[in-house]
Amino acid sequence: MTQSLSYLRETPSQTAGPYVHIGLAPGAAGFQIYDQELGTDIAGPTAKGERIRVTGRVLDGTGTPVRDVLLETWQANADGIYAHPEDPRFDAVEDGFRGWGRIISDFDTGEWAFETIKPGACAGRNGAMQAPHISFWIVARGINLGLTTRMYFSDVDNSKDPVINMVEHDVRRDTLIAKRSIENGTVVYHFDIVLQGENETVFFDI
Amino acid sequence: MAHHKGPLGEFYMRDRQRHPPALAQDYKTSVSRSPRFAALSLDQTVSEITGPTFGHGDIAAIDNDLIKNFAQDGDPIGERIVLHGRVLDENARPVPNTLVEIWQANAGGRYRHKKDMYLAPIDPNFGGCGRTMTDENGYYFFRTIKPGAYPWRNWVNNWRPAHIHMSVFGTSFTQRLITQLYFEGDPLIPKCPIVQSLPDQDAVDQLIAALDLNASLPLDSLAYKFDVVLRGRRSTLFENRLEGN
Repeated sequence: MTQSLSYLRETPSQTAGPYVHIGLAPGAAGFQIYDQELGTDIAGPTAKGERIRVTGRVLDGTGTPVRDVLLETWQANADGIYAHPEDPRFDAVEDGFRGWGRIISDFDTGEWAFETIKPGACAGRNGAMQAPHISFWIVARGINLGLTTRMYFSDVDNSKDPVINMVEHDVRRDTLIAKRSIENGTVVYHFDIVLQGENETVFFDI
Repeated sequence: MAHHKGPLGEFYMRDRQRHPPALAQDYKTSVSRSPRFAALSLDQTVSEITGPTFGHGDIAAIDNDLIKNFAQDGDPIGERIVLHGRVLDENARPVPNTLVEIWQANAGGRYRHKKDMYLAPIDPNFGGCGRTMTDENGYYFFRTIKPGAYPWRNWVNNWRPAHIHMSVFGTSFTQRLITQLYFEGDPLIPKCPIVQSLPDQDAVDQLIAALDLNASLPLDSLAYKFDVVLRGRRSTLFENRLEGN
């Protein structure tokens, strides 16, 4: 026998289920209850940087859109600073910039969209820089543990990004890169997330 | 969380064998929604060890009282309960000032959701969601009614045990967690394919809230206690070069 380690164990995950909206976006479930729903304003009014719109769908293994998905996003500001006290440059974040979004899909089409600013590059490990990216967390009925991935930008040089370069199969790296276009004068990045099968998105165990 | 500037250590590696696998054959919806490739393990960076923060300005005081937060002309029908507990990390340290959100069916097992078509009635005085911030000791509480069991289409006669969904943030994107809590003594727990997606009985037990008579309110409400454990964090005994060079 040895001494026992006294660590607790992480609470196990369970699926968010089909009615996740009740708790996290009740307006979409069909009723108003809170003074304000959270995660609807990612960048705030005064953030510097390029204003962008990100759209996409989450697709299942048959290619069918997941119509009851909920996404959360986490990103740095245009200078690559996170609105979190452990970012060494935290004090320089613009008022109103939170960097966090909560997004739900359209119940009929599965399409989702959000508006934010394009983040800047931020520090990686061991002095490397990470290309600009937005972290995603994806939950839905049928997803037993929230899935984590990253979205990078097609108009940026991502060739030195240490995370993309960890993806062993080159052909899968493109699943992390959103395609830029201009629609009616708005900068739009399109980012589909494929849960399973051909072009399955690279998910991360963080 | 202390307002510490500069990088602290990584969070402990997630024990993925503590969680349900992505593919759980008997929970049918997971079959087409589960990745086939293994998740790529990532050394944490500032993108992972940070995460959204919330304050009391984000929520209202009544948001944790599901008996009153949607009441129209009376209280909701059902068994009145207090749900309380602590949010801790794997080092048993409290996680203060973190957002806890819950949602649930009403006493008849019906959700207030435009997609729920179960024949049990909507309760006009019950919304079914609440949220709160943990205090400086990681403690939280809600007042609500005990949700009912309800049928769902998986096999032809599956019933979900009574449960409350819970969403917790912690201090970093790595700690984000959604789970469901069940109630002590419910005979439907071992029958449920979603519960059975868990790897072992110990994991199931961690999701069963205990009847807590000491916290009940005599002549008013029963109480259930449910502690949540989020991932713990390394102490940086040695420089781990998370960010520096």
